[in-house]
Amino acid sequence: MPDATEDWPDQIYGLLKEHDIRQVALVPDAGHSRLIKRCLADNDMRVVTLTTEEEGIGMLFGAWLGGEKGVLLMQSSGVGNCINMLSVPIAHRTPLPMIVTMRGDYGEFNPFQVPMGNATQQVLEAMGTLVKRADAPEDVAPTVNATLRMAFNTYRPTATLIGQRVIGAKTFGK
Amino acid sequence: MRTGPTGKLLRRDVVAELLRDRGGLLAIGGLGAPAWDITAAGDVPENLPLWGGMGAAAMMGLGLALAQPSRPVAVITGDGEMLMGIGSLATIAVQRPRNLAIIVLDNEHYGETGMQETATRHGVDLAAMARGAGIGDCRLVKTAEEVTALREAIHAGAGPLFAQVKIDEAPVPLVLPPREASILQARMREAIMGPAAHLQ
Repeated sequence: MPDATEDWPDQIYGLLKEHDIRQVALVPDAGHSRLIKRCLADNDMRVVTLTTEEEGIGMLFGAWLGGEKGVLLMQSSGVGNCINMLSVPIAHRTPLPMIVTMRGDYGEFNPFQVPMGNATQQVLEAMGTLVKRADAPEDVAPTVNATLRMAFNTYRPTATLIGQRVIGAKTFGK
Repeated sequence: MRTGPTGKLLRRDVVAELLRDRGGLLAIGGLGAPAWDITAAGDVPENLPLWGGMGAAAMMGLGLALAQPSRPVAVITGDGEMLMGIGSLATIAVQRPRNLAIIVLDNEHYGETGMQETATRHGVDLAAMARGAGIGDCRLVKTAEEVTALREAIHAGAGPLFAQVKIDEAPVPLVLPPREASILQARMREAIMGPAAHLQ
């Protein structure tokens, strides 16, 4: 059995397939790089690299209008770019699953990552998003599965935050 | 097609022409006047008029166009709304959705908030920005003939297409769509997928 410490991005990819995710909107994060590669290699998924994260909220609303399911991948800093746009899935009562890799969370090196990283969960919850955290590799897949299920079954924004303890803090050699 | 005091086209006439004999065309109306404009042309399920989400109308069009590649999708929005999400032109250009048209009704003002000037009033060229992003068919539209040609292009499926339509700035009467947004999305989904839409 593969080690969950390395395998969790592949497990997320498997869940995206299981849930028939066709549109993957993202602003890249190092923590998502392996998952992004898997999605790019899949001809049944349209991977769309955004210029800013809130574009993904609009795009996935459009996808749902047209009967396709999507997911938004981003780093915690990108959550800050999404705040007002969360009104779109809330007012329309449409699914918006988000998978967020955390920075500024646990052993951060870069001061600029800390304000948004520290506020990510509160900000999302203040905007009506159901938030679940995964802080151990073996928790990632069940948490993402719950996030996908709650989005598509109950029509609202949901998020999994993948903690920096899972991803590892970038240290810039320090 | 009528023109207003400025000599520019009237917005309601432009939208009525673009949505004439629309067939399966799906339309997203950017918040504010463009949402009222598409509603004035007919409050139908194939319309998604926006009450918010400023800056995201074009991206909604992208998601919808990718999900429904056989149907033409028109995003009809304003200059202020487009400017807020201008980066999405790069995102859309890279994806090259053939069935997506983005039409900006450019009155050079923020109409809902007291007619403050937008950047297009000061020379910012949205069509040039779309061209620079890599959208192949970018048009500046000023005449009735050009509007009719734009309508044909929307249905031709040779997009992505971007049009900046210069319109008269005089306000027109409000024609409000339903404000309960869950109805707006559900009725469009049902129009596309039938009752099965509600069992997805």
